[in-house]
Amino acid sequence: MTHPSVEQVWEWLSAVPDPEIPVISLTDLGIIRDVAWTDDRLVVTVTPTYSGCPATSIINLDIETALRGHGIEKIELKRQLSPAWTTDWLSEEGRAKLEEFGIAPPQPAGGPDRCPHCGSENVEKVSQFGSTPCKATWRCKDCLEPFDYFKCI
Amino acid sequence: MSGQVQSGDAALFEFLCRLGDNTLVLGHRVSEWCGHAPVLEEDIALANTALDLIGQTQLWLGLAGEVEGKGRDADALAFLRDVWDFRSVLLTEVPNGDFGRTLMRQFLFDAWHSIYLGRLLKSSDKRVADIAEKASKEVAYHLERSADTVVALGDGTEESHQRMQAALAYLWPYVGEMFEGDAVDAAMVEAGVAPDPASLRAEYDALVGRVLADATLEMPEGRFAHKGGRDGRMHTEHLGHILTQMQWLQRAYPGASW
Repeated sequence: MTHPSVEQVWEWLSAVPDPEIPVISLTDLGIIRDVAWTDDRLVVTVTPTYSGCPATSIINLDIETALRGHGIEKIELKRQLSPAWTTDWLSEEGRAKLEEFGIAPPQPAGGPDRCPHCGSENVEKVSQFGSTPCKATWRCKDCLEPFDYFKCI
Repeated sequence: MSGQVQSGDAALFEFLCRLGDNTLVLGHRVSEWCGHAPVLEEDIALANTALDLIGQTQLWLGLAGEVEGKGRDADALAFLRDVWDFRSVLLTEVPNGDFGRTLMRQFLFDAWHSIYLGRLLKSSDKRVADIAEKASKEVAYHLERSADTVVALGDGTEESHQRMQAALAYLWPYVGEMFEGDAVDAAMVEAGVAPDPASLRAEYDALVGRVLADATLEMPEGRFAHKGGRDGRMHTEHLGHILTQMQWLQRAYPGASW
């Protein structure tokens, strides 16, 4: 039996949303490190965002469910810690989708460059942490709206 | 026990339990603040820090179980060992006290943690280096926050300053244990797995000294150290109470899961 191509699998995975931030997909997030066939077994290598992120087990479940839905029966999920996940692996598309959703994308400077709501650069940090391990809490001093900032790591 | 190390793997198991038990016990302690912190943002910050530490515990104790080879996973090690088998340093066990003391303890631990993990990046054991690579990114973030908060509270009001100085006086005698070494450490040094803890002290004192100076706090001079956690010889009375709370579900309903 021929199995679906690796490219096809990547495409399917790009349709699996992140469980916490459903506007971006697992491939946008950059946590799928490899997809490969070993005989008739599909090996998907995943790296965690934060070591304690509760979404990690849901992500694995979602990957398996999606691929089973496409008829793949033998799936092995491999955890890879190194190289450690970095927000540099967020896709350009993912960054744009985050901002559109109201989450400021990560910046090397360590803080958002502008408010995702009104675009003002007049922003301040409220807390280094936020509603999920990957986010910090900021606020805009012009439109006065609070917003999430995707931490840069 | 450290004196009875028989093989390289036995020492490695001890070493991994020390790392995992530190993060487990401190993670549990910090999580006690959940729902009780002075403001919402701090509550979230503490809960996130605890979450990172528990995540790191899963990695360290997971590897410890693999190395041990007796079929124990991270959960079995966390929930089914008793006090005398824990290898956490006493600093992680002491009660939270007020918010200032909790953040001071976090800072004193984060500073050591970040330096130690930095050395583990070059571990000869790739599994150890990989976990250190993951954890060190999170810990750099913890350190940034705990140091900032120590400065804000130390160089804050008269009362916050006094409380932070008192917290430092209370916690300082627990710092020395992190730099103790024994047969386990010697075996790790020899195998290139981990550094000699004592070799980190100068860097630690420099880092802590800089932050305390910014915080207008005086670094205590004493070098007396309470010991007995990292080798399991004598834990504080507090650890048993922590485990009673942390382990009761698995003790009452063995194998329970959701």
